[in-house]
Amino acid sequence: MAEKPDAAELKDYSQAADAWFKENTVRDPGFMLPLTFMEVSTDEQFDFLREWQRKVYEAGYLGAAWPKEYGGGGLHTDFQRAATRAMKKYDAPIMLNAIGNGWAGPLILDLGSEEQKQKYIKGMLNAEDIWCQGFSEPEHGSDLGNAQLKAVKDGDGYVLNGSKIWTSLGDRAKYMILLARTDFEAENKYKGLSFFLNPMKIDGISTSRIKKLTGEYGFVQTFFTDARISADCLFGGEGNGWSMAMKTLEYERGAKVKPVGGYFVKELDVMQIVELAKNSTRNGKPLLDDPVMRDKMTQYMIDIQALNLNNTRRRMPQLMQDKPMGLPLMNKLARTELIRELTEFSLGFQGTKAGYYVGDENAVDDGYWHRSYLNSFSATIGGGTSEIQRNIVAEHALGLPKTR
Amino acid sequence: MDNLGNIGTTEEQIELMDVATNFCRDKSPVEKVRALIDDDLGYDPAIWREVGELGWLAIAIPEAHGGVGLSMAEVVPIAEQMGRNLMSTPFGTTTLAAQALLAGGTEAQQAAWLPKISEGMAATLALREDHGDWDLAHVECSGTQSGDSLTLSGKKQLVLWADSAELIIVSVKVDERLRFALIERSALPEGALRREQIIDETARSYELTLDGLSVSTDALLDVDRGREVIEKVELAAGLVHAAEMTGGAQAVIDYTLDYLKTRKQFDKIIGSYQALKHPTVNNYVEYEKARTHLYSAAHSWGEQGRGEVAVRMAAAQAHDSYSQAADRSIQFHGGFGFTHDCDAQLHRRKAIMNGALIGDAPYQRSKLAGLLFD
Repeated sequence: MAEKPDAAELKDYSQAADAWFKENTVRDPGFMLPLTFMEVSTDEQFDFLREWQRKVYEAGYLGAAWPKEYGGGGLHTDFQRAATRAMKKYDAPIMLNAIGNGWAGPLILDLGSEEQKQKYIKGMLNAEDIWCQGFSEPEHGSDLGNAQLKAVKDGDGYVLNGSKIWTSLGDRAKYMILLARTDFEAENKYKGLSFFLNPMKIDGISTSRIKKLTGEYGFVQTFFTDARISADCLFGGEGNGWSMAMKTLEYERGAKVKPVGGYFVKELDVMQIVELAKNSTRNGKPLLDDPVMRDKMTQYMIDIQALNLNNTRRRMPQLMQDKPMGLPLMNKLARTELIRELTEFSLGFQGTKAGYYVGDENAVDDGYWHRSYLNSFSATIGGGTSEIQRNIVAEHALGLPKTR
Repeated sequence: MDNLGNIGTTEEQIELMDVATNFCRDKSPVEKVRALIDDDLGYDPAIWREVGELGWLAIAIPEAHGGVGLSMAEVVPIAEQMGRNLMSTPFGTTTLAAQALLAGGTEAQQAAWLPKISEGMAATLALREDHGDWDLAHVECSGTQSGDSLTLSGKKQLVLWADSAELIIVSVKVDERLRFALIERSALPEGALRREQIIDETARSYELTLDGLSVSTDALLDVDRGREVIEKVELAAGLVHAAEMTGGAQAVIDYTLDYLKTRKQFDKIIGSYQALKHPTVNNYVEYEKARTHLYSAAHSWGEQGRGEVAVRMAAAQAHDSYSQAADRSIQFHGGFGFTHDCDAQLHRRKAIMNGALIGDAPYQRSKLAGLLFD
């Protein structure tokens, strides 16, 4: 357990982090940088972000609070927080290895064996080993518990057959956290599931890229055809897949395992939208003189400010007593829906220019807003659709009965 | 944009929140709220006395005047819990009157009135008029000075709790300048107060006829601080009513949830239907945003610029969220929702009243837009 930080030490570290990101952050490498780890489309984007993560890690600003013996920095969480603040301050690019650092890593640190920690943690921090997630299936998008990919025990291993979809970085990943069915006769659908740390670069596993509504790539479908993995890929024991999968979602809140730091998704900078609005005109007058646009923009400012402050309020137990699960559970729903609405709203500022798209010299901000709007659906659909999120909030924060 | 507020709490605020949560819940069960609807006074004098004894009216009054020396931030949790339990008393108007005295009262006026308020004396403000404009600087009632006496004329509307208030602070125009006159209720002629029928049956409101009423010029607040008084009162009112509405939104959502968890139709608990579940979640999300804004407004209250942005955000979000949650509560209660017996209407009416008093959500946003974009 790291000591409570020494104030002077923390200050030095913060200043060093600040200076480092000021000096090393590249915001415009000459091609469009992905705003989220789900949007990595080209080789140059992937190579750039992988190299960036390695550099940040080696400078000591990623995984600073993870245990030293596995490749982390062994410092108090406040140090990593300071480093993340510096990243944000200089608008640094995202950390690429989201599934590794955000999902698999905390799970392994929490429940993995010594051997697993030695094997996996460092490689995910320095982005040598890219991770992906295999939960969703083509026939079971929102109903994760109904996953059907088959894992059949065979001697000292398992044989996998089936398919996973919406795998971000699936064609580039070395490992996948995989939810598969090991028991088709279990008393309920959840108990038949098991969780695997699955190698991707083996015979019987192939991927095919999915073209997104934006016209770009970023997701793949992964096919498993008699793929054979060793039994020690099983994580958490047979039949415990559902609880392992659910655990990966809990780590986001940082309660059990210290957060790795950085961010995998860039927050939309609202001020950019306000700027766009200020620079737009309608009927020869500033757009924000239009009372309807003015009122809507103000409402969005109220919404954004609320969600930003919610993040602070979540850490204030004295203001969280009534329904303590409410704010954490509603965050994804509220944030992703707001970003969808806001980016859609921004298209209306552009007048005739709203007709242009990425690639045309007449497009406003190179088509950034259109691309952001279309990509915003990845967050309102992925990771549990907004409709599923509403069920989760209703059932787990408000105590309403399950929908059946 | 550097005029956005932050969020934080004080130890005193949290202590008061705990005390107020229990006090308001225990002392204001809904049966009592309903019984008071038919009561002339409109509140329980014993509870009002307790509010005074608890020192809640003294919170934002400096110690020099017998107060506790905290700020409006610490008033917020109390107003929130009162709104949550539909506890009606002159707490809000008295608090606002004290703020007006602090913003524009002379030394002598503050020394005369603030200690009494600190000890539990009720007071109110008479600011609204027949034109219906939310702009508190739009004043048509007037005062004509002759010697050291001021003769008042015109009518003030929506003067809450006027029959209980010992002190009424009235806005008038004197020689084209906005002034505030301190009127003692005991000096009002017979018939000066007419009880108004207002949408919120749990509150009491009066029309005040000023014609024929004279006050000494000593009873006028500082001539140079009229603008400050208006700004302070508007902001404080925004904060207090945002707190009441946020508490009310929480209550009406909980009330709806109780029904959704127990009522059965077509052999199912109706809360399992997504048509009811999902809009309830949406209303809950808006409520949580309102509460976040409320505690941001409380925290940012004293900061130049930020205070007003934060308070107006809180007021806008609270009014929208309370209105919508109560509106859907009526609908989701079905036939029962259409009856006076269903508590949803108490909240729906209170939200309308609050909007009428301080300016509804679109009004708050129109003021905000100027602060944010111009």
